[in-house]
Amino acid sequence: MSIALIKYNAGNTFSVLNALERIGVFPVLTDNPEEILNAEKVIFPGVGEASSAMEYLKSRELDKVITSLKVPVLGICIGLQLMCQHSEENNTDCMSLMNVKVKKFPQKSGKIPQIGWNTIENFKSELFKDIPNESYVYYVHSFAAEISPYTIAESNYGLKYSAALKKDNFYAVQFHTEKSGKVGEKILENFIKYC
Amino acid sequence: MLSKRIIPCLDIKDGITVKGTNFLGLKEAGDPVELAYEYAQTGADELVFLDITATVEQRKTLVELVRRISKVINIPFTVGGGIKSVNDVAVLLNSGADKVSINSSAVSNPELITQIANEFGSQCVVVAIDTKTIANIATVHTHGGRNPTKKETFIWAKEIQERGGGEILLTSMDHDGCKQGFALEITSLLSKNLNIPVIASGGAGNEVHFKDVFEIASADAALAASIFHFKEIQIPILKKYLSENNIAVRTL
Repeated sequence: MSIALIKYNAGNTFSVLNALERIGVFPVLTDNPEEILNAEKVIFPGVGEASSAMEYLKSRELDKVITSLKVPVLGICIGLQLMCQHSEENNTDCMSLMNVKVKKFPQKSGKIPQIGWNTIENFKSELFKDIPNESYVYYVHSFAAEISPYTIAESNYGLKYSAALKKDNFYAVQFHTEKSGKVGEKILENFIKYC
Repeated sequence: MLSKRIIPCLDIKDGITVKGTNFLGLKEAGDPVELAYEYAQTGADELVFLDITATVEQRKTLVELVRRISKVINIPFTVGGGIKSVNDVAVLLNSGADKVSINSSAVSNPELITQIANEFGSQCVVVAIDTKTIANIATVHTHGGRNPTKKETFIWAKEIQERGGGEILLTSMDHDGCKQGFALEITSLLSKNLNIPVIASGGAGNEVHFKDVFEIASADAALAASIFHFKEIQIPILKKYLSENNIAVRTL
């Protein structure tokens, strides 16, 4: 299976690449539109800030490439946020693949960013096949997608938010599945096998 | 619920793991990649690697080590030691480190914190503070604890937060290596008054010390080295104990 891992300025592609290799998947790391469009599955990772990541995608027209994809796509962390409609982080208009807003955690949540391991629950997708309810995954973020009809997993940090989203062929997780131990590797495997 | 983190720390010298007592008397503890893998498998939530003799020549060894570690382990890890510039950070992050830890260079050049945060995001900037009490005042020390500064620990910690530091790794030199428990007072002061996570370090000797630093001092994470390396405390047993005492920890 040909899998494209989108290469862009938002950091952690190396970690995602390593995690995929650990489960025996060898993606092509690329920002070439043709290679992305020809892949059977696409992974869109990221760490960083929404507006500059969005700017970068636009400047290379990668936003158009991503939104036109018909194959399964998995967004990770900032990848999830950019698939939404809008992020409060520097008031950024995102790719609007899902009509969902990304909001800053309120003060009552506790320390911001949320850094560390939190539980996920209420699964509604094959992406979480055989993942025990309330498994721990690794998060680093200050902004989170609200609960919506597209929510396929939830977490709680002072309030409930979308741990994962899905609409049509677009899947996304807010947590760093590439750094979430065996649970994270299983979720990546599920995306490759069942999505 | 967000869990408390247990973080083994590996001090690296010439590519192998070492651990000293009170910053002196280094003792060998094994291959870092092997240890890292074992920790990740047995439930460590994160790892910290500190290159304690970072020199220019050894830099390449460290980068190669970071690459090897990132291939093998599936949890986040931080690399520190000898980082002086944004470029040093870029090299480590591009080799697979999730975060970097800076200490002396942040004290001599606080602007470095802001530069790294702006370039790569606050989430990857851990600022380490070595603190030691001098005439009743918790005082920042640099260069592996050898040099006292004029900075008060709490004031420096607040500045770190304002400059965009993502986490503080607080090591109490008065407690490090003594196995009599973490420095509860200064850890508590920082953790309760800052809006960024505080990792407590120095002094862990048994399970109760971890419970105390989470429960009494509100630390977000606790770091230890020798007790894990020499298997005086096993992480699964520690986590079972904390969980039984109603402290949220990730179990496998």
